[in-house]
Amino acid sequence: MARMKFLCDAERCIECNGCVTACKNEHEVPWGVNRRRVVTLDDGKPGEKSISVACMHCTDAPCQAVCPVDCFTTTDDGIVLHDKGLCIGCGYCFYACPFGAPQYPQQSSFGARGKMDKCTFCAGGPEEADLSDAEYEKYGRNRIAEGKLPLCAEMCSTRALIAGDGDEIADIYRERVLRRGGRPQTWGWDTAYTEG
Amino acid sequence: MSPARKRRLTTYGLLAILGLAFILPLGGYSVHFLGADALAQDAGSAVNPRSNYWRAVADGVNGYTAVTGQEAGVLIAPGGTRWQALREGTIARYLPWGMVGMFVIILLYHLIHGRNRLDEPRSGRRIKRWSWLDRTVHWITAISFIILAVTGLSMLIGRTLLIPLLGKAGFATWAQVSITVHNVIGPVFTVGIILMIVLWIWYNIPNATDLKWFKQGGGLLTRSHPPAGRMNGGEKIWFWLVAVAGLAVCLTGLIMVAPAYGIAIPAWAEFLPFTEGSRVQMQQANMVHAVVSLVWAAIALGHIYIGTAGTEGAFEGMATGYVSTEWAKQHHDQWYEELQAKGKIIEPGESHSPSRSANQARSRPATASR
Repeated sequence: MARMKFLCDAERCIECNGCVTACKNEHEVPWGVNRRRVVTLDDGKPGEKSISVACMHCTDAPCQAVCPVDCFTTTDDGIVLHDKGLCIGCGYCFYACPFGAPQYPQQSSFGARGKMDKCTFCAGGPEEADLSDAEYEKYGRNRIAEGKLPLCAEMCSTRALIAGDGDEIADIYRERVLRRGGRPQTWGWDTAYTEG
Repeated sequence: MSPARKRRLTTYGLLAILGLAFILPLGGYSVHFLGADALAQDAGSAVNPRSNYWRAVADGVNGYTAVTGQEAGVLIAPGGTRWQALREGTIARYLPWGMVGMFVIILLYHLIHGRNRLDEPRSGRRIKRWSWLDRTVHWITAISFIILAVTGLSMLIGRTLLIPLLGKAGFATWAQVSITVHNVIGPVFTVGIILMIVLWIWYNIPNATDLKWFKQGGGLLTRSHPPAGRMNGGEKIWFWLVAVAGLAVCLTGLIMVAPAYGIAIPAWAEFLPFTEGSRVQMQQANMVHAVVSLVWAAIALGHIYIGTAGTEGAFEGMATGYVSTEWAKQHHDQWYEELQAKGKIIEPGESHSPSRSANQARSRPATASR
């Protein structure tokens, strides 16, 4: 069984924010919510690095563990989905998530948090996919059910962001690293062979 | 080369090889004796900036992002993992048992010790103990407390206890009601706590009588009645617990709910802890809120027991505002004597406050003489 993953190659990401725009447009994400964002570290300094980040679809996801109403499901493909029909907007997944994926639109009668929204790996909700308007409004486009991969990765101009089966993605990335050849680019190389 | 010289060379050569074969492997010990520093290369320039760079990112380094949103620039925030561990472990798994333990202790106490009865039969004479305002504030706060405890516990352990009973959809409906009620009743409760502190702090200043009360263990186990003024030592402890735990729970609750309501923390309040509104502070506020309220709820069971089933004649004080003189003499002897000296005892059949009836008693002969 495939294990769906995102991988962002920091050596390739040019911070064009194309993935952010593609996601926002494809799913018509509510105002104030960004399912994906690009973070630039050491911005403006030599060696700055950009990374596109969204829900990482963790194995043993913290959001799933802390949810008081147990609204999260991990699909057979390893995609973490949440049921917006159950969500009460308590904010605990937002406290627990290391990647800042869960966000809340401001709505509802008392001005409290609305139903949580996060990246669905373009796979809709945990309910049976029916590609209906109601499903689209709730979770955005269900591209996985249409046999397509997440749009952010599909749209990435430098192919920095790749999405799909974890094994295949790892192969693509490994090949890239080998072809680049420069050893210091390999994660941990200097720790293993040069440091101390 | 003479054969003798050849033999000598072979012999020495073999001996040298043998000797070195034993000694050379021990060379590694020289590192031990000289110290690792003597052999280490200069590692300063050799640290890979990249690997350690990413390691720092895992500790919550802040970057730039075009996306606007709170802490959007933080790639990885490690605080949530610690919060999750504490919440799932200590808070959700162990602390609620404190309430169960308290309940069992109270039940055993009641079965073994029995109700704390009045020693003397009721004469019908009464003393005013709580004003209308006192009672209103008490009951609004008490009812809010129970609602907040039930809804709060639903959100903490409902997933474990209620989902098997109600199903996910049924429980989600209840949880939605719970969180809304909790957020709306919370501010009401906050007002109640503040009023309680303002109204009753004057009665609850600790004094030497309380020490005597504590030395006798409040008479809980001995059936004795240690001395007490208007409030006994135990009641004072409860008051200060309500004050401190109440303020802590209300403050942390407001901090968790403020961002959801889109309320910014005012500048004058920024010196207070937990007011930054960041994820880390909400995690901390959540932990303080849960720990304090669970401990408080367990102790509150004791207060509820003592005030109702545990002590004969105690409940009517907060229900009607009046207590019997027998109850006052037994539990608050110094207060009783004080009021007796002031002539504030209401005789049976009298419904007026004692001071007014005393005035009438004084004025009556005057009218009669006219």
